[in-house]
Amino acid sequence: MSNTLKARIAELFDEPGCATNQKKGAKERKDGCKKPLLPGAAAGGCAFDGAKIALQPIADAVHLVHGPAACEGNGWDGRHTPSSGPTLYRLGLTTDLSELDIVMGGAEKRLYKAIKEAVQKHAPAAVFVYSTCVPALIGDDVDAVCRHATAKLGTPVVPVNAPGFAGSKNLGNKLAGEALLDHVIGTIEPDNTTATDVNIIGEYNVAGEFWQVRPLLERAGIRVQACITGDSRYRQIASSHRARVNMMVCSTALINVARKMQDRWGIPYFEGSFYGVENTSTSLRTLASMLVTRGAPEALIAQTEAVISSEEAKAKALLAPYRERLTGKRALLYTGGVKSWSVITSLKELGMEVIATSVRKSTSADKEKALEQLGDESALVDSIPPREMYARLARGDADILLSGGRTQFVALKARVPWLDINQERAHAYSGYEGAVALARAVDLELSNPLWADVRRKAPWEERG
Amino acid sequence: MATIVSKKKACVVNPLKASSPLGAALAYLGVEGSVPLLHGAQGCTSFALVLSVRHFRESIPMQTTAMNEVTAILGGGENLEEALTVIQSRMKPKFIGVASTSLTETKAEDFRGNLKEIRARRSELDKTAVVFASTPDFEGALEDGWARATAAIIESLVQPGPAARTASSRVNVLPGVHLTAGDLDEVRETIEAFGLTPVILPDLSQSLDGHVPDAWIGTSLGGTSVGAIGAMGEATHTIAIGEHMRAPAELLHERTQVPFTVFETLSGLEPTDRLVSLLIRLSGRQAPMSLRRRRSQLVDAMLDGHFSLSGRRVAIAADPDLLTALAHLVTGLGAEVVAAVSSTDRSPALARLPCSEVIVGDLGDLEEAAKEANAELLITNCHGQPAAARLGIPLVRAGFPIVDRVGTSHRTSVGYRGTRSLIFELANEFLSADDDHSSHSSEVRDVHATAHGV
Repeated sequence: MSNTLKARIAELFDEPGCATNQKKGAKERKDGCKKPLLPGAAAGGCAFDGAKIALQPIADAVHLVHGPAACEGNGWDGRHTPSSGPTLYRLGLTTDLSELDIVMGGAEKRLYKAIKEAVQKHAPAAVFVYSTCVPALIGDDVDAVCRHATAKLGTPVVPVNAPGFAGSKNLGNKLAGEALLDHVIGTIEPDNTTATDVNIIGEYNVAGEFWQVRPLLERAGIRVQACITGDSRYRQIASSHRARVNMMVCSTALINVARKMQDRWGIPYFEGSFYGVENTSTSLRTLASMLVTRGAPEALIAQTEAVISSEEAKAKALLAPYRERLTGKRALLYTGGVKSWSVITSLKELGMEVIATSVRKSTSADKEKALEQLGDESALVDSIPPREMYARLARGDADILLSGGRTQFVALKARVPWLDINQERAHAYSGYEGAVALARAVDLELSNPLWADVRRKAPWEERG
Repeated sequence: MATIVSKKKACVVNPLKASSPLGAALAYLGVEGSVPLLHGAQGCTSFALVLSVRHFRESIPMQTTAMNEVTAILGGGENLEEALTVIQSRMKPKFIGVASTSLTETKAEDFRGNLKEIRARRSELDKTAVVFASTPDFEGALEDGWARATAAIIESLVQPGPAARTASSRVNVLPGVHLTAGDLDEVRETIEAFGLTPVILPDLSQSLDGHVPDAWIGTSLGGTSVGAIGAMGEATHTIAIGEHMRAPAELLHERTQVPFTVFETLSGLEPTDRLVSLLIRLSGRQAPMSLRRRRSQLVDAMLDGHFSLSGRRVAIAADPDLLTALAHLVTGLGAEVVAAVSSTDRSPALARLPCSEVIVGDLGDLEEAAKEANAELLITNCHGQPAAARLGIPLVRAGFPIVDRVGTSHRTSVGYRGTRSLIFELANEFLSADDDHSSHSSEVRDVHATAHGV
């Protein structure tokens, strides 16, 4: 791994915008926050995975993975982050390095040719080139190839330096952010700007969730310059440096982008969430008031309040019947980051009890917010081994598990209701509309008659 | 006979290949009480794991040696040792299958030497079978990893030397990675119908068939037991399914002298008949009534279904042996394979494909070739869906991964019964397509069908 990348990672671990870092002393900070992985008991994606997740939603770009078959072959087109226009971003492009490329040192040449083919064939707005472990190990100069390609081909070719072995998925998110800061953001001046331009950072439009939010912002009179990166276009991100306010929706993922945009272009940022009625209203209010502070017309606040009150009233009416049915039901929440607290709000709005939430991938700020919601330290859990989770679910500690694909079958094998709230989810749960959709989904899952049926004893288990 | 064409391009568009270590991990999951361990970065395991979970809709135990930039350069022996002992103490598996990745293979470490030293040092591993297969991602694909892991299991665990095999009723089965749990059940039942006892390696029909155990099991849910593998030399015969299982079958033969037969495919009447003939010979019994009925039902399915397949233009992309099975089946019913794409060039079966050329390539190549040849049906994994939509033709999902359908593990396409289902599925796909384009051409086909007394 190059020294530049090492320095870059050290700098990321020292991120002053990070709440966890703010609490550390100078020495602790230097040590970084890299938890060494335990071989044989590690879970989660690598840095490359994280980088790809963060950038892939840029819809009019192509995403080219420089590495052997597995890196792209085993993972491509796996996330449902829809685009309202171009579909180029869904192509799975890779140099698929062979032994020959690696041993004979032909990998850089192959990469250049691959970029050229991609540009000629697909005419993308940009090419994002992801380095992986093997090219990093053999010392390929991906930056140089991308520079050369940009000059030669006339299309921006952006190196994303996040080889898998550099660290976790979260680190990869940040390294992707660095690629945007180094090569994309601020490279194009926007055609027009307004006093109410904002960027939404760390929103990937999973299952179309940003589409539940964008209309709200529009009705409030807030203009989205760039969603970084859900359903975005290269140009929007390249000219996002003229926005007035940045909102960060996935707390830890792209904090470096928000913080550095503040340093470079003076754009203030805040962290918010669009999960749940209350969070959505708070986020809209904060956006409006921050915009007004930065010179937007005062009327923006009244307009935003009007949207909030009409939407809240609508949502409240729609949620009432669900609240009646779901009050007192107990949920186990097993997710990470911002969702460890923001989904709690939604569930509490339904009268549900959250018996525990996993904070294994959350920042200390996330943890504080979760604690505020639950009021009990013991409800904040780290990772739960599958065997233990199975035991808890099987003995009926919770009525439903809300988690991601990895733990799905722990619940199902224990014959306990389950709802997908992670990245592979098929349904959108954000904004007011999403809060109702979540209530409906939880209710449908809990009230499905199959649960009683599948828990019956088999004929040969019944006592005569 | 097909010409094998390798496209000269640097950029793969929409990969068809799932990686070789993933194939190895799947093979290891067919062993009882197992945990596969990929020797690479955490992402190597994570991508393979997530994809497998989505395909099988099951929890899947799969671990990583969690290599980082330092260990990748200095050597991963310590990571391997730590991973093995951690897995042993936390999950108590009976079997750990290790597969290398491109990351650890680029450094070309002495994996076997490392393992030997680790085993000598770590007595806590004495009761756990540990197997190693070399499976760099940059060589081959799913089939290669699966076959190498199976060979590694045979090499490490099967007792060598010819054993007393007189009157053994045991038959070894070495199925290719393209066989589903449902396919394995079909093969097992067919063999059992002759009073023989199959030992299937790897056996995903016990571990990834989708069942609900009574308690949480952290390792594979079932599969071939280490003991049964050890005794594979006592079988009377070995049946390998798919050309990629030839090498493991040969290795088993070398070690144990058990004679073997490689079936290039078991999808279709003729190959299933050959299997049944072999079983008649091995058992000295006649085929039971149930099997005779199934054969008759397959013949009827072929008669009914061929009208819908005859003259149809089919495009297929798959790993070599699945491609072989599908291509022979559809052409055997009068369809034409107008585009054939294989993930690798590593199989002698490719040259024997019933089409003029086979492209070694990706799903981008499939889409282009299918478009150029006006294909009417795509057959490939679930990643073919966007291409099928763009081409406006149906997709029949086959291979790995299939993440957008349930019941994938139980779809059968081998033996009399499985072939029957597959023919119905293909024919119905064409019938639906004809309904959708209720045009003159379908009327013509109806008349044609009537004229033949259907």
